[in-house]
Amino acid sequence: MELLSHLLLGLQTAATPANLFYCFIGVFLGTAIGVLPGLGPTATIAMLLPVTFVLPPVTALIMLAGIYYGSQYGGSTTSILVNLPGEAASVVTTLDGHQMAKQGRAGAALAASAIGSFFAGTVATFMIAAFGPPLAAVALKFGPAEFFSLMILGLVASVVLAQGSLLHAIGMVVLGLLIGLIGADVNSGTQRFTFGIYELADGIGFVTVAMGMFGLGEIIRNLENEEERSVLVAKVTGLWPTNEDFKRMVAPILRGTFIGSALGVLPGSGSILGSFAAYSIEKKISKNQDQFGKGAIEGVAAPESANNAGAQTSFIPLLTLGIPSNPVSALMVGAMIIHGIQPGPSVINEQPSLFWGMIVSMWIGNFFLVVLNYPLIGMWVRMIRIPYHLLYPGILVFCAIGVFSLKNAEIDIYLMALFGVLGYVFSKLGCEPAPMLLAFILGPLMEEYLRRALLLSRGDPLVFVQRPISLTLLVLAALAMCTVLIPAFSKTREEAFHE
Amino acid sequence: MIRNFKDFWTGLIYMFFGTSAVIIARDYGMGTALRMGPAYFPTVLGSLLVVIGVIAVVRSFLQSGSPVGGFTVKGMVLVVTSTLAFGLLVKGAGLVVALPVLVISSGYASQRFRWGTALGLAAGLTLFCVLVFLKGLGVPLPIWGSWFGG
Repeated sequence: MELLSHLLLGLQTAATPANLFYCFIGVFLGTAIGVLPGLGPTATIAMLLPVTFVLPPVTALIMLAGIYYGSQYGGSTTSILVNLPGEAASVVTTLDGHQMAKQGRAGAALAASAIGSFFAGTVATFMIAAFGPPLAAVALKFGPAEFFSLMILGLVASVVLAQGSLLHAIGMVVLGLLIGLIGADVNSGTQRFTFGIYELADGIGFVTVAMGMFGLGEIIRNLENEEERSVLVAKVTGLWPTNEDFKRMVAPILRGTFIGSALGVLPGSGSILGSFAAYSIEKKISKNQDQFGKGAIEGVAAPESANNAGAQTSFIPLLTLGIPSNPVSALMVGAMIIHGIQPGPSVINEQPSLFWGMIVSMWIGNFFLVVLNYPLIGMWVRMIRIPYHLLYPGILVFCAIGVFSLKNAEIDIYLMALFGVLGYVFSKLGCEPAPMLLAFILGPLMEEYLRRALLLSRGDPLVFVQRPISLTLLVLAALAMCTVLIPAFSKTREEAFHE
Repeated sequence: MIRNFKDFWTGLIYMFFGTSAVIIARDYGMGTALRMGPAYFPTVLGSLLVVIGVIAVVRSFLQSGSPVGGFTVKGMVLVVTSTLAFGLLVKGAGLVVALPVLVISSGYASQRFRWGTALGLAAGLTLFCVLVFLKGLGVPLPIWGSWFGG
């Protein structure tokens, strides 16, 4: 079977000692930052990106991907043990997970999370392997018009899924596109918005923007209310779930995996939406409805499976279309470009060992996570106790060194500080930075595709609705936008974010 | 009266960036839809941003919203200036000076700042970075800057 031979190729790539080692480092670091509140995967990947320059591309990408799904895992550990979601995607896990821990069933909750995540990770790996190649084959037929429409869809989706005001999110996207245009224009060589600063001719690096908005911005935000973190860590007891627990876990894990995988593919969502959706669906259909919020194991198993599945299937648009769907995959695009790989549908044919190696490494990484987490629980618990005032100067140091080492230019440090202020101010005004970063990456690409599409159609803008695939994508984008404007849906959108 | 300050200020920021983009882009060639010049896309986006900003400002008078909330001026100023200081010092003075300055001055933003722990943290992080980034990963960073003949 072709699928098996592909996976075998992936296994050969992923199972070399070096790649196994960096995969391990990735998931280990990921779990650590997932455990530490106030440091997310976006800022971490941005910080470590310059370090991966010395590694071969496959190894670098394996490690960076590991940080992302490892962080989902670490986030749930703190949700359960200390009622602090380390990551946005594990917010719902606190509802029942911490209740279980209070009842002395932390072990069972952690096991439900681990088993659910591993199962979901395995299924999602196969889903990428199965759906990746056909999607890439379709994408190979895309012309500039289709790519432009696809990016419109991606940006609309990121707006729809953003928290807070829709208008603010649209504005963030437009602003991101504009900032992306800074630098020399590809066609004419005109220096745009560079204010005579020589270093800006190449544009602003996305790592600089990401570290500023997600790293520095987040630090300033956390300094705002520097309350004492409760270090009342629940004791880990009852390490293994009972037979009844197992029985109650099976269906939620299956449903969570399915929901998470499907929603993870959507641009802009990644794992967050899936975990919320899985929890609310489970709450509606479960036989043990009355136990939800009081320590129902279903309320841990379903969202945990969903967020892990989503974290992984969110790589599908990246690997097959070359289009990032969230800030993390946007950074992966940057990593690929730095390593001389043009992300897009051709990667799968031109770099099969990279594509399949990364997919198989995700499965191996999930296995590491399950095996590692029990023996290391004690260490993670100690890590939660690191006070923030000792942590953030370190984060700042890594950001500063990381951004400086990109080009050995001080200007990147200054720009990072500027974007830190912007990120903080915008977050105070209820504007999420994620859609902006996505738009920032897509800006120059969109302009180029728009240009080419109009050149091919002799300036006729109708080309976008005359080509069937392009039209379909635009209709999907319009539908997505409409759903937010329909009152019933926008209400559930608010509820989902505020629950 | 302004009933939603978040909308109001966001709108003003969007209008500022949008207008600046359109004005600056006037110096570049506009081109036609068939052959888009360098000013085409920025002008379209800038105008769109102005429109969004205007809608937000108008809406801020009509719909009430949650207040913006207090800014941490101390945190923002210290984090930003310590980052800028790192940029100014890194090539001239080198990591051995720039890193402790960054760690201590940014750490000062915390209510729980203590000189003892801050100095220890600065020393530890500097040693760690020199060992890991320079010796371990071979990232070319100046330990001692040009001012010290490094």
